[in-house]
Amino acid sequence: MSIMEYNGGSVIAMVGKDCVAIASDLRLGNQALGISSNFQKIFPVTDRIYLGLPGLATDVTTLREVFRFRVNMYTIKEEREIEPETFAHLVSSTLYERRFGPYFIEPVMAGLSKVATGGFKPFIAATDLIGCLNFAKDFVVAGTASSKLYGAAEGLWEPDLEPEQLFETISQTMLNAVDRDAYSGWGVVVHVIEKDKITTRTLKGRMD
Amino acid sequence: MNSLANRFSTTGPINELRRAKSVLEDDEFTDSAWGSEAGFGSLAKGVPNFTVPSVPDPSAFLRLHTDDYADPSCRIKIQHGTTTLAFRFQGGVIVAVDSRATAGSYVASGTVKKVIEINPYLLGTMAGGAADCQYWETYLGIHCRLHELRNHERISVSAASKYLSNLVYSYKGMGLSMGTMICGWDKTGPAVFYVDSDGTRLKGDIFSVGSGSTFAYGVLDQGYRWDLTDEEAQELGRRSIYAAGHRDAFSGNTCNLYHVKEDGWKFIGNYDISKLHYDGPGETPGAGYGYDVRVERSAAIAVQA
Repeated sequence: MSIMEYNGGSVIAMVGKDCVAIASDLRLGNQALGISSNFQKIFPVTDRIYLGLPGLATDVTTLREVFRFRVNMYTIKEEREIEPETFAHLVSSTLYERRFGPYFIEPVMAGLSKVATGGFKPFIAATDLIGCLNFAKDFVVAGTASSKLYGAAEGLWEPDLEPEQLFETISQTMLNAVDRDAYSGWGVVVHVIEKDKITTRTLKGRMD
Repeated sequence: MNSLANRFSTTGPINELRRAKSVLEDDEFTDSAWGSEAGFGSLAKGVPNFTVPSVPDPSAFLRLHTDDYADPSCRIKIQHGTTTLAFRFQGGVIVAVDSRATAGSYVASGTVKKVIEINPYLLGTMAGGAADCQYWETYLGIHCRLHELRNHERISVSAASKYLSNLVYSYKGMGLSMGTMICGWDKTGPAVFYVDSDGTRLKGDIFSVGSGSTFAYGVLDQGYRWDLTDEEAQELGRRSIYAAGHRDAFSGNTCNLYHVKEDGWKFIGNYDISKLHYDGPGETPGAGYGYDVRVERSAAIAVQA
């Protein structure tokens, strides 16, 4: 049994036109037994960065607090909000600190980063459990349904999706992938991040 | 030592298989070589015989490649997760099963038929190896029909289940995997027998088999009475499979429901477990079995009152 399958759960992030989306399932299990259908795995880091933490549930809670602390320290010292690229490296180095006894989490990040001209650029990234960064231009996946998410996303994603289209794409990808995974599901939550607003929707998923 | 003893002994199932194999090899032109076994496979010869791996210990060889518990990366994966149940009551027997097949964490199918219709009066359920259950319960059907022709009388559920349990016992240790309930109606009335590949055969009123069986038993034990009406009994079967499909990761998708009465079995219906969660078995929305759905409903009723 893989440690990722102990509690189950999956996260995906996608790039759209001047927007990004991040989605996760809501299941918390103890191996085959479903415990909760309202376990959040995605957390806001700043007004423009969301972080998904699929993996071992105890480490989800721990890392959430670790990142909250480190981002607060950064904000105080630098007297500005952290940028997504910087945050990705903070995640990476935090995980590599535990190279020989890792947290069992594969983080996924989605956000909008400031550009010199004053606008915003979509940003997504994921790392493995010891912090190897993967900056993708289309989508990133992690968790027990990752192989199924790759399949669904490869088929559905296309470049330059508007926020509403991106929401539809990421929702269908997530719903269909988790239905093929025994350890993910029990509801889905989707966040779409735009420059001036964030839309959060909870989807009605299969409950088996 | 054991394998050494097996190698040189002249009795036991392994040697019988070795002998059967050599008979098969001697028979240079098999029925299939002539072009047809009329769709009966190895049954064309009357007694089924199987080719076995040509190694000193065939069952150990097979186990090496099929035991995904000991070695998750093994080549041949046999279907495991399941919920099946059957219970006896005043109005006959209720048989209810889920329809999910998993290979590791992958949901390989959501439309598996886990109730095997042996004949119009007998049903078998499927848990463990899908092929083992399907093959041997179909084979059981052939012998039930032969019994009918020889004795001008339908076989009892007890005799049919004993035939199956004796048969799987003769293959003990060779890796057969099945946990099944043989259900039907005979001269004695409604009957349910549990038979598994260890050779266990139990008569009883209530059985549930599979990874989701504990969840199904919870609902079943709580709602069971002998004098349940037909509708109440069907609802209990459906509700129990829903509970298992909801909580157990390896059960779900749909529920197949059968009712066995004096004049044989009847297929009651196929129910989507997610639809049962949100809307219940009927067409009234909001009548779902789900906890949140029920709590919301009773809150709405409390507001009205």
